[in-house]
Amino acid sequence: MTTDTIISVKGLQKHFDDGKLKALQGVDADIRRGEVVVVIGPSGSGKSTFLRCLNLLETPSAGTVSVEGVDITDPKVNINRHREKMGMVFQHFNLFPHMTILRNMTLAPMKLLKKSKAEAEQKAMELLKRVGLAERANAYPSQLSGGQTQRIAIVRALCMEPQVMLFDEPTSALDPEMVGEVLDVMKQLAHEGMTMVVVTHEMGFAREVADRVLFMDEGKIVEEGTPQQIFENPQHPRTQDFLAKVLV
Amino acid sequence: MSAAVETVSIFEQWWLAIEPAVQANTLNFWQTIYKEIYLNVIKDDRWLQYLKGLGVTLEVSFFAILVGLLLGTVLAILRLPQVQNVSARGKGFFAQLGAGVVKLLSKFAGGYINLIRGTPLLLQVLIINFGIFGSIRIDKVIIGVIACGLNSAAYVAEIVRGGIMSVEKGQTEAGRSLGLSSFSTMIYIILPQAAKSALPAMCNEFISLIKETSILSYIALTELTKAGDYIRSRTYSAFTPYIVSGILYLAVVLTLTWAIGKLERRLRNSDH
Repeated sequence: MTTDTIISVKGLQKHFDDGKLKALQGVDADIRRGEVVVVIGPSGSGKSTFLRCLNLLETPSAGTVSVEGVDITDPKVNINRHREKMGMVFQHFNLFPHMTILRNMTLAPMKLLKKSKAEAEQKAMELLKRVGLAERANAYPSQLSGGQTQRIAIVRALCMEPQVMLFDEPTSALDPEMVGEVLDVMKQLAHEGMTMVVVTHEMGFAREVADRVLFMDEGKIVEEGTPQQIFENPQHPRTQDFLAKVLV
Repeated sequence: MSAAVETVSIFEQWWLAIEPAVQANTLNFWQTIYKEIYLNVIKDDRWLQYLKGLGVTLEVSFFAILVGLLLGTVLAILRLPQVQNVSARGKGFFAQLGAGVVKLLSKFAGGYINLIRGTPLLLQVLIINFGIFGSIRIDKVIIGVIACGLNSAAYVAEIVRGGIMSVEKGQTEAGRSLGLSSFSTMIYIILPQAAKSALPAMCNEFISLIKETSILSYIALTELTKAGDYIRSRTYSAFTPYIVSGILYLAVVLTLTWAIGKLERRLRNSDH
């Protein structure tokens, strides 16, 4: 792992409802290239909001988010170009239901990377083979199981050849028996050296795959460290309290 | 040629057969019906006038639907909350100006929809015909397309807006997170899904529009209703010409309903 910082977050705040709800109250974090960062914390702690600020799906109320040295909160920056480099996977998959799997995967590469149909489809088929879903290329999303759908959502993001992958509770909406297949794809990705920021409740995944764990509560990063430090020797009382509840 | 003289059509022969009874006013039920059909449809090739009227109705309806769809979709997008509450990205003069213009257009769209939906179509037709194009020689078909299209756009706008809002927010986020612009996301991801859920309401609107073009008979456009009316003024039959026109409207509407139903089933099969 290099120490090259790819995302740098400084003093990040996000308020909703004209400041009545302060989801983020000053978050500082650096994500290094090739690193897997897992964000954990109770519901409403601001984990998802933090993640969604990284590609500006939420506009920060204050603070900066720099990607490869460029402050993407600057209105002069073309955010679409930056989003191409940051894949995102959602809790509810969000595949496009009116398109086949293949079309889901080739739309953005053809429109944005100006790939030919053949090129884009070749890349998509390659990725589909890797997640064992090549034979479903011409199916529609509604014909797939939740686990299959989420695996497609991951490779759809990979089709854009991103430098960072953001995961927003990717297994929370899945039936328990399908969680494993999605986590396996994510592990594989991590081992290939992809930079990943993962918001999850899967503590096993965090322990096994994370290089660093951030614990968030009430809109702040309360504690961070290696999985060993956080899970075996948490320092902050709120971390201890949270882990006591989730690690039964 | 003699052939032409010999071929008195079967309809003429039937007419000649009942003519004495017509004179004597002793027609039975079926003969009366045939008399009506002969006078209002067959005689002097009057059926051609209905068909011409039908042609005009279809022409006006088709282009008015097109105008309504295009303008209505633009109005719908202007009325979306994220467009209404757009804020300038940056403090630059042009960023501020752009946001201001968009907000103004959004307000205009809202006002337009209220104005059109709040006043009768007939009034709008009269204003466009006598007010706006009063001193210009212009084809009545074009006036009809403009009036019905502008009217339909207001209704289409609300249907499309409902359709767009029925698409989950996650779809927009997925599109934007891939790097697609808000425009591309709208075109490739949101509108196709919105169109599907708006289809039944849209079918309703198209049916209404086709029938409402009959109002254009008020400005002497010889569409299907006017064609029937014109024949009544010649034959003095109070019912038959209107019933013939009515059957033709019904045929058009049923065909459209069937076609849209088929389209709906096809969309359903493809992705669910």
